[in-house]
Amino acid sequence: MTRSAKKSAGGPHAWSIAWEPRADGTMVATLAGRWQLGERLPDAREADETLARNGAVRSLVVDGSAIEAWDSGLLAFLSRVATICTQRSVAFDTSGLPEGARRLLALATAVPERAGARRSVDRDSFLTAVGREFLNGVKSAGQLVAFLADSSRSFARMLRGKAGFRFRDLLALMQACGAQALPIVTLISLLVGMILAFVGAVQLSQFGAEIFVADLVALGMAREMAGMMTGIVMAGRTGAAYAAQLGTMQVNQEIDAFKTFGIEPMNFLVLPRMIALIVMVPLLTVYANLVGILGGAVVGIGFMGLGPLEYLETTQSAVGLGDFAGGLFKAAVFGILIAVAGCMRGINCGRSAQAVGDAATSAVVTGIIFIIVSDTTLTVIYMALGI
Amino acid sequence: MTMEPTVFTAPPKEAASKPAIAITDLTMAFGTFLIQRDLTFNINRGDIFIVMGGSGCGKSTLLRHLIGLNEPAKGDIAYGATSLVRATPPERAAIMRNIGVLYQTGGLWSSMTLAENIGLPLGEYTDLSQREIRDVASLKLALVGLAGFEDYYPSEISGGMQKRAGLARAMALDPEILFFDEPSAGLDPISSRLLDDLILELRESLGATVVIVTHELASIFAIGNNSVFLDPDTKTMIAQGDPRDLLDHCPDPKVQKFLRRGENDATASAPQGESA
Repeated sequence: MTRSAKKSAGGPHAWSIAWEPRADGTMVATLAGRWQLGERLPDAREADETLARNGAVRSLVVDGSAIEAWDSGLLAFLSRVATICTQRSVAFDTSGLPEGARRLLALATAVPERAGARRSVDRDSFLTAVGREFLNGVKSAGQLVAFLADSSRSFARMLRGKAGFRFRDLLALMQACGAQALPIVTLISLLVGMILAFVGAVQLSQFGAEIFVADLVALGMAREMAGMMTGIVMAGRTGAAYAAQLGTMQVNQEIDAFKTFGIEPMNFLVLPRMIALIVMVPLLTVYANLVGILGGAVVGIGFMGLGPLEYLETTQSAVGLGDFAGGLFKAAVFGILIAVAGCMRGINCGRSAQAVGDAATSAVVTGIIFIIVSDTTLTVIYMALGI
Repeated sequence: MTMEPTVFTAPPKEAASKPAIAITDLTMAFGTFLIQRDLTFNINRGDIFIVMGGSGCGKSTLLRHLIGLNEPAKGDIAYGATSLVRATPPERAAIMRNIGVLYQTGGLWSSMTLAENIGLPLGEYTDLSQREIRDVASLKLALVGLAGFEDYYPSEISGGMQKRAGLARAMALDPEILFFDEPSAGLDPISSRLLDDLILELRESLGATVVIVTHELASIFAIGNNSVFLDPDTKTMIAQGDPRDLLDHCPDPKVQKFLRRGENDATASAPQGESA
């Protein structure tokens, strides 16, 4: 008789199990004590090892008459033992168990595991993972191309006078992504203008050229920072919102409902969102320019002692309409890209809460990547063209 | 009509009219994952047609194929003389114009009120004035017992009411064919019964063809007059016909077990359909 209530650091267990092989080919497992979860119950492999050592055993009888208390812990252990017995072609006799436990165990083993139902949880090898990622990338690029084709088609349709969406939806979307974004755009661009001025002040004061802070802030805001910061704010604020809205509509079968009514989600949902951003991002950028230059002036006039009139004149002579136009064109491009990223991730969203979260995350990440890459590209093109 | 020899077909009671939807040799799959294969059956005009089978057998997927949301891997779905699979965009739009769908979750557009939900398709497809659209929407809501709820948003009403509002929207364009995806899921027995009565009433008064995906036995026997039984193990259909005839005559133990809530010991010894 092998006792296996091993002494562990926490003292003796509240349970015990004893395996007793008999001459007639049966093995009696005597269970006693408290067989409850949290009592550090034994591993069912013990049964496997014991049966392996006693190859002649043809049936396993469980004697549970000394069990004081039991719960799912006992059942989990015994159902594993039952599986092991089946694998080893050993009969498993549960008649000595408490009535309730016996019946639940019978219930758990009533429906055999469906063949092929169990997923293999093997981890992919490195190469498999690389290949899978690559294929995902290809799939994602394909989605982007298909989405661009669809949205251009629906844009062309709108230009021919068949808009396919409700005008008041467009107004509501414009309000949400435009007017309601003013506070955060104000804060961000004011601070960016001030930061530009401080950075410039440290360097330029070494040459006694503090007044060029005005040039730096005005050019920096107009050509780059106003559009880019507005774009990034909108990607986080509106791109994510679009992905979550469309993704939730996908989960709720609302997108399906549009399709079966012959209403193209591309026309009805995506197009107004794209137009809203294409219009509002440049407008917000104009505003961001103004606030940014104001921020620079606060630093220049307030901290560096430049004269207000002097600052204004330098700013005016530093930037031309071309600089603003270049910046606004970039902003319009950012608007399109944010809308594409947000709507594409939303429309291609899966059908779960997890998928909606992924879509929103991915919309922001994609949107910011699009913005930075296109900004770099456009800046290089501007330089080449001498704009 | 040629039929796979393993499919039990209950004989039709009256001479079958021209089928509203003819499904031929339909195979559904997601990539390489097979859902159902070789489905061939007709949905006749005026039928209340039940798509039944155990959980996970592909009932809802079949419905998504029938309404054109999923592309079949193989085979054809024909509405009258037009194949949905090969339809040109205008043909497809014409088919879509003639069907109404009640989604499992209701599928109401959450950013619109109930009246707007019903009014949107009307605005798309008809020349009605705003006032007329509003009147039609009120009528449809009244038909499903939701008079007075025009200006509620879907999130403000209960699940059962959302189902009924979904039905009102499905009926917005007076479609010839109505599809229901598990209409009684999540409804209490009384609401579920009321919905059945409503479906019967609509069939009688509008002459609509109704296709219902369900495993609610009470509904199946109460309103269904034709059906197809999908089997998740062999991944194809194993019986078709009036559910009550299948109950009386179908020898397949799986069908019997399903239709008798598992109490089919009497027929357990009957030979089982070959799985090809």
